[in-house]
Amino acid sequence: MRTGDRLLRIYVWLVLAWLFAPIIVMIVFGFNDTRSKSNVSWQGFTLAWWGRLDEFPLLTAAVLDSITIALLVTVIATVLGTLMGIALGRHRFRGQAATNLVMFAAISSPELVMGASLLSLFVSMGVETGYWTIVVAHVLFAVSFVAVTVRARVVGLDRSVEEAARDLGATPWVTFWRVTLPMILPGVVAGALLAFALSIDDFVITQFTSGSTTTFPLWIYGAVRIGVPPQVNILGTLIFAAGAAIAVVNSINARRRT
Amino acid sequence: MSDTQAGTGAAAAAPGLSPVPAIELDGVVKEYVARGEVVQAVRGVTLGIAAGEFFSLLGPSGCGKTTTMRMIAGFEEPSRGAVRLHGHDVTDVPPDKRDVNMVFQSYALFPHMDVRENVAFGLRRRKVAEAEIRRRVGEMLEIVDLTGREKRRPRELSGGQQQRVALARALVNKPRALLLDEPLGALDLKLRQAMQVELKRIQREVGVTFVYVTHDQNEALTMSERIAVMNDGLVEQLATPREVYERPATPFVAGFIGTSNLLTGTVERIDGSTAVLPLGAGGRVLVERGGRQAGDAVVVTVRPEKITISAGEPEGNLSAVRGTVSEVVYLGTSTSYAVGLAGGEEVTVFQQNAHDGITTAERGDSVWLSWQQQYSYAIGS
Repeated sequence: MRTGDRLLRIYVWLVLAWLFAPIIVMIVFGFNDTRSKSNVSWQGFTLAWWGRLDEFPLLTAAVLDSITIALLVTVIATVLGTLMGIALGRHRFRGQAATNLVMFAAISSPELVMGASLLSLFVSMGVETGYWTIVVAHVLFAVSFVAVTVRARVVGLDRSVEEAARDLGATPWVTFWRVTLPMILPGVVAGALLAFALSIDDFVITQFTSGSTTTFPLWIYGAVRIGVPPQVNILGTLIFAAGAAIAVVNSINARRRT
Repeated sequence: MSDTQAGTGAAAAAPGLSPVPAIELDGVVKEYVARGEVVQAVRGVTLGIAAGEFFSLLGPSGCGKTTTMRMIAGFEEPSRGAVRLHGHDVTDVPPDKRDVNMVFQSYALFPHMDVRENVAFGLRRRKVAEAEIRRRVGEMLEIVDLTGREKRRPRELSGGQQQRVALARALVNKPRALLLDEPLGALDLKLRQAMQVELKRIQREVGVTFVYVTHDQNEALTMSERIAVMNDGLVEQLATPREVYERPATPFVAGFIGTSNLLTGTVERIDGSTAVLPLGAGGRVLVERGGRQAGDAVVVTVRPEKITISAGEPEGNLSAVRGTVSEVVYLGTSTSYAVGLAGGEEVTVFQQNAHDGITTAERGDSVWLSWQQQYSYAIGS
């Protein structure tokens, strides 16, 4: 029994180490006092790169584009996906099976396929690819993830709670905002976080639909050949820290709610 | 007993109460389509519930009692017929505009709000002033004995406490009527009995019309002033608990409420105001004559606790039949006997266990069963 416990503990730490090693390396190399173009071997500690964060204007622009795209995608996909999730979880309607199929296809089809087909779609429609086509493409796949998480929450909902709200004098509109939405909020928030995370680090689909716009992942990919500067590590660290902070706050809230 | 009606029942209010019923159902029908077929959940219910009355809708699951209640609340729209609250037709009024409140079987508390906000929900919708809300919520929580738990979330409360929050949340709005859908169904026996007493007390204290849906006949009998016994989408009988028990209008009511013995016979002769039905060797059942003639077929019901068991033929002008004891079950305060009659009928008899260790009869004994004429009740009379 004791040996089993010890083995389990070791196993857990190994898994955690495996998961976090790349992230730790990313963070650490943001403090590397490197002189060469490629930031791959440890040269000593420095905070210098933090002061030179905006050394590359194109990188700064790419990060800002990535963030604004991710925020836009999060808002649009969360609103649309939440409405879809409620409809799918609550009602029986014509085209429901088809909607489920399309959602599943959007989640499961290889990004390469979706990116290529989106590109040919945009080209054949005569739409110039760029910032907004990226937004459209990202919303397309993110909305399904939101809808699926919200639907799971809606299915588990006790309908009589909403009926109780109506019974107590709440109009359908008030019932939605005061009762339905707060109850499905964990699903909505989870879906929103998923949408943001999927959008900000998407590479394949973005590559196909970006035109002349460069996002953070695209810039890094371009820089790989000449060497990735430590600023990228720092920006990555910041994005990771923000994401981790939101996840922590969300899980604390969730624990308080349920 | 003018308000005892078989079939759909009359829209009469209980005597001595306000003439305009608090709730009136007028030929209400609810049908829906399931797999291309029209199914009638409620097949024409007409009844009136007086203001301040404790009224029960009693019946087995699927009898339409919950659908009937949901039509009063406004969650289901009747396919035909009208719902009136205090004389106003509310058939097309949505639930949030109806002056009735409901206590749900699952309680349906708002999980993301504390007890105070749950109870205040209805008042906030009606834009009641904050100070007034505080006062009324506090008052209500006192009535349901939850003072000091204002800040708790529903999941931090026991089943009985959640039940009382649901009650307070509905009653704080001072509704014209409170609708309760099997509110004690999820509680264990002890708590359920305590809550029955509690509900009666609260109803007396606030004086609100209670419409109580249940499948539990004991609950309906102990708590209600009147009961509508429903079966298959129709009201079988609408009467006081005593009447429903003592004078069931239909075989269904007789069988559903308590244990009942049904004896079928033909009137042999009329003896003054008594009709006499022979039953088995030397046996006879006496029942009030009513409009019966010799030769009429009659179904008579007798409650098990009205019957006396004896070894010899009883003296006097009693109903008396012979049979053989087929089973004796000791129940603590009473003993239950199953007695098979010559004609194949099985009669259940309850005897109080007044003296310890003494049972009136043993398995296999040949016995006489007797009861007074007033306890024979011809169904439908």
